[in-house]
Amino acid sequence: MNKLMIWYGELLTQKNLIKRGALFLTPGMLWLMIFLILPGLILVLVSFAGRGSYGELVWEFSLENYSRLMGFGVFGWTPDYIVILLRSAWVAIVTTGISVLLSYPLCFFIAGKPKRTRFLWLTLVIIPFWTNMVIRTYSWFLILAPELPLAKLAAWLKIISPGMALYPSAFAVYLGMVSMFLPFVALPLFSSVERLDWTLVEAAQDLYASNFRIFMHAILPQTLPGLSVGVILTFVPAMGMFVVPDLLGGAKYMLVGNLIQQQFGASRDWAFGAAISMGLMILTLFSLYLYRKKINNTELI
Amino acid sequence: MTTQGMGLHLQGIHKTYGKTAAVNNISIEIRSGEFFTLLGPSGCGKTTLLRMIAGMELQDSGRIILDGRDITRLPAIKRQINTVFQSYALFPHLNIFENIAFGLRSRKLPENEINQRVAQSMDMLELGNMKNRFPHQLSGGQNQRVALARALINEPKVLLLDEPMSALDAKLRAQVQVELRRLQQKLHQTFILVTHDQDEALVVSDRVAVMREGQIIQFGTPEQVYDAPKNKFVAEFLGAANLIPGRFENGLFHTDIGSFVLSKPPAWNQGLVAIRPEWITVSETQPAQNGIRAKVSEIIYRGTSRDLWFEPGRIRVRSSTYKHFSIGDEAWLEFAPSELVVLDE
Repeated sequence: MNKLMIWYGELLTQKNLIKRGALFLTPGMLWLMIFLILPGLILVLVSFAGRGSYGELVWEFSLENYSRLMGFGVFGWTPDYIVILLRSAWVAIVTTGISVLLSYPLCFFIAGKPKRTRFLWLTLVIIPFWTNMVIRTYSWFLILAPELPLAKLAAWLKIISPGMALYPSAFAVYLGMVSMFLPFVALPLFSSVERLDWTLVEAAQDLYASNFRIFMHAILPQTLPGLSVGVILTFVPAMGMFVVPDLLGGAKYMLVGNLIQQQFGASRDWAFGAAISMGLMILTLFSLYLYRKKINNTELI
Repeated sequence: MTTQGMGLHLQGIHKTYGKTAAVNNISIEIRSGEFFTLLGPSGCGKTTLLRMIAGMELQDSGRIILDGRDITRLPAIKRQINTVFQSYALFPHLNIFENIAFGLRSRKLPENEINQRVAQSMDMLELGNMKNRFPHQLSGGQNQRVALARALINEPKVLLLDEPMSALDAKLRAQVQVELRRLQQKLHQTFILVTHDQDEALVVSDRVAVMREGQIIQFGTPEQVYDAPKNKFVAEFLGAANLIPGRFENGLFHTDIGSFVLSKPPAWNQGLVAIRPEWITVSETQPAQNGIRAKVSEIIYRGTSRDLWFEPGRIRVRSSTYKHFSIGDEAWLEFAPSELVVLDE
């Protein structure tokens, strides 16, 4: 155990090294234990508890919350909650998809700018980060208001009736979500696009590849690391997002985030809220697992 | 086999970046089936010229004609020209089979034809059973052969090679040069090589164009270019050369180290004459003409030969014999008139 070794240029015994490692790790581990793992375990526990008549927690454990989530209620089976969960997943997928579609041209555009002006364009992408999320979402109210051109155009095209605002609607939710998450995809993707080896693109062109083939074989594999980070950074928070759907979707477009918030707020049913949270977590992890599997496959093909 | 109009014709190709002309009004006719080399130092425009032939860059003016057909405005995808890139640019996520098959798959050829042709080409380039391996698992030399196979499988009318050997070590490079030459002779395809390595150019080429600052300085077979360099740049860039300055008067070339007879009178009164180190004869007795007496000042042992440096004039002589010389020895040097090359500038 007391063997001497050189560790990154420093002469140490193995024992010292282990001691030091433990010292470095402990604070972070404790932090995680206290503020992530412990609350997580409490959440699991609560999700099996019940609701008292005044909205207090009743420590009688059952699977009732989960069966309710699956749709088995007092009045027979309804798919409401499952629909909300799946709709949330769907909104997250579409939001991520649109963000990716918009990010690629954006990143190539910025990467094509000379180094001197590049940071300016990047700043433009980052600026929304510096603005409060609620303020940004409320500003959509203004943009989508009935008196303003966007709503007027929609009315003229007979999409909405005159005098109506474009919110609350699914369209407004997507608008808000994409504008919120676009930088999360664009920034990591940009770091990959910036380092793109263009000779591979030229090689693909030289070998008669169509534009689709060029993208699949010369661009996608090279930008996959950045894309993966962007997709995960967008998808996971988008699944649980509640401010945007709440403000821009209203009751018309209920997502799981709103549902959870409702349970902990107005409905005072913490136990059921915890169960929905667990459902969301499981769905998220499962989606990420599917995504990883898909990515690993593309890397091989 | 060369017929009229066949081959690759470059007519007045011109390209400027900012204010400097990267390629300055170049016209060449490259015959079909020829191994042609663009040789020059870095920044001479050779790679730019190659990229314009490939269709990866557009010239400001000039035309490119391939087998009688004007391809000036065709994109890379539509030119029957393929490239071996300097970095090989193999697709890292595709295995060797898929890398080689890439061009055929792009053209949507039937599966059995692809299998057959890839197998054939892997055979030809001695890639054995590597089809399931990935580029990062292969050596530099193997990857280079994959890059070659990937380009050749498309049966291009012209194969472009952009410094394909710069990533190989010296010994492998010498071997690959010979293999490349043999392959080209077997296939009778047009190869255009870009390199800054003069040995490589001399070994592989049918014809060489020496480039400098966007222009072709000299153009001809390796022998022509090496034996009769046109000016100081070519003489110094290809191999070693003794450059002797002097005046031409009364049919004789007068220099600091003596007066010499030339095989043909130069066009100037004052200028340079070159002689290759290996063409100078060293002897104990005075030659009939063009001989000077000189003293050995430095000896460099090179394995297969040795370089002797003589004073006056700091004349370099390369020889595989004369092993008995040591520093300070005196001898007669003979500059035969046929070996003295009159330079343009």
